[in-house]
Amino acid sequence: MRLPYAVDRALVYAVALLLAAWVLVPLYFIGLAAFSTPDAAYSYPKALLPVAPSAETMRFFLDSRGVVSSIVNSFAVALLTIVIALLLGAPAGYALARFAFRGRDAFAVLVLTTKMFPIAILSIPLAVTFLQLGLYDSIVGVALVHSAMALPFVILVTSGVFVAVSHELEEAAQTLGCSRWTAFLRVALPLALPGLAAAAIFTFVISWNEAFASTILTLRSRTLPALVLTALDQSPITFKFAGGFVMAAPAIAFIFLMRRYLLNLWGGR
Amino acid sequence: MTTGRMSVRWRDDALPLALLGPAVLYLLLLIVLPMVQALVLAFQGDDGTFTLEHLRRMTGDVAFRDAIRNTLVLLILIVPAQIVLALVMALLVHSRIRGHEWFLYVYAIPLAISDLAAGILWLSVFTQNGYLNTVLQALGIIKEPIVYLSYENIAMVIGAIVIAESWRATALVLVILVAGLQLIPRDYFEAADLFGASRLRRTVHVVIPLLRPSLQSALIIRTIFAFTTFAAVFALAGRNLPVVAGEAYNWSVVARDPHVAAAYALVLLALAGAMTMVYLRVLGTSETQRAR
Repeated sequence: MRLPYAVDRALVYAVALLLAAWVLVPLYFIGLAAFSTPDAAYSYPKALLPVAPSAETMRFFLDSRGVVSSIVNSFAVALLTIVIALLLGAPAGYALARFAFRGRDAFAVLVLTTKMFPIAILSIPLAVTFLQLGLYDSIVGVALVHSAMALPFVILVTSGVFVAVSHELEEAAQTLGCSRWTAFLRVALPLALPGLAAAAIFTFVISWNEAFASTILTLRSRTLPALVLTALDQSPITFKFAGGFVMAAPAIAFIFLMRRYLLNLWGGR
Repeated sequence: MTTGRMSVRWRDDALPLALLGPAVLYLLLLIVLPMVQALVLAFQGDDGTFTLEHLRRMTGDVAFRDAIRNTLVLLILIVPAQIVLALVMALLVHSRIRGHEWFLYVYAIPLAISDLAAGILWLSVFTQNGYLNTVLQALGIIKEPIVYLSYENIAMVIGAIVIAESWRATALVLVILVAGLQLIPRDYFEAADLFGASRLRRTVHVVIPLLRPSLQSALIIRTIFAFTTFAAVFALAGRNLPVVAGEAYNWSVVARDPHVAAAYALVLLALAGAMTMVYLRVLGTSETQRAR
């Protein structure tokens, strides 16, 4: 049995919009809760529209002890992670895209396997090692672990990016007198920049969201997720709502910025 | 130029290895060394000899069996829900309906949201003074707010966690499935259309078999990740619902016992390792199928 075309279309769009609402409505609610007065956060029933927006809950969160410094730490860890992961990952991605060499398949398997390896769990034994090395409770220690988590993704995205940049352009530059290095620098790299930026953003996302390793490897130098996680037991609900909003809201921008590369990250197995 | 050519060829073999070397070394260093360290922590006594004491403390703990059971229950409830939801989303996006790019973007947003943040988002929905009760009361369905997240009603707590985790991690499955759908030639869909296959029959008989490799890898990746998530559980259930990763966290951060924590880490790594083995086998067979 077939439905009339118009009914069929209407049904498809209804399902699509319903699923979009399923994703967006909880984000709307946390925004509503984070930008209301603390009284409203405890009150019932809640306002379902932003009738009385207030920055009071947010200010309470930002004024709480350790919050601002944890946000600073989160940024510092994420930026350091981007530097390490791109410096190590982009050359590997380039090699994977450009060369047929012995061990290439083994390397591809290593990347795919480490992509899903739960590296954060390793922070438990690493905490002991880092204590001996003086890296415990430091931004560098957390960034080292986050870099290992991000590296497989950076390699996959950058290799996808460099595959899309034709090697013939680089070879043409070389016949015109560029060395291999300057051909890469002046031809391939500029064309690959948007993709590399997407890899950097995704690295930022991994680091910004990571709570397990950040908590286990720090004591005072908490990142934002580590601070919110360790405070879950004792913090008022206003603190949680504002913290949840600050952690989740950037996702809307992040996914928008890297929407063209989403399928590279997880697709292609 | 002939000698130059030789040297270029040599370099073309050495250059890729030089470019890969640092990344490989880094990954091995940060994976293999801590794994050895975990074994030492879990099996070495204070006097430096082999001991099963830490392992016994882990398995003897009241929360151990509960943690394993809860982790598996959550896994069994969450993963199928995600696969079905993601499949519907992926087919919608793939069908090129108007605005399909916008829909993919919206559906993918939770990909960049942590399980901790997702847990808190859904806490605002499920808490007693929260948005779900507000909406239900406004619709006249309930008269009094319902307590969803109480220790006395663990089934409802599990339901809330399943919803929060399905909400968050469906995006990951979606992206894998959309990428997989793009590998299927459009002709297959059109041929099914031509023979008058209804949407449901087309999905079951044409799309799902062709999508099997992607479904398998999504299943395995999600399973591994499900072993390691715990922050959404903490946010919604507090410490009332032990899960394996949460216990590892508790022994490390709260009890400050690196030995038992390391034993838990080994349990998680063994679970993930087993899944990775399955994954590699599946990958292997699908590669050989493709070669045929």
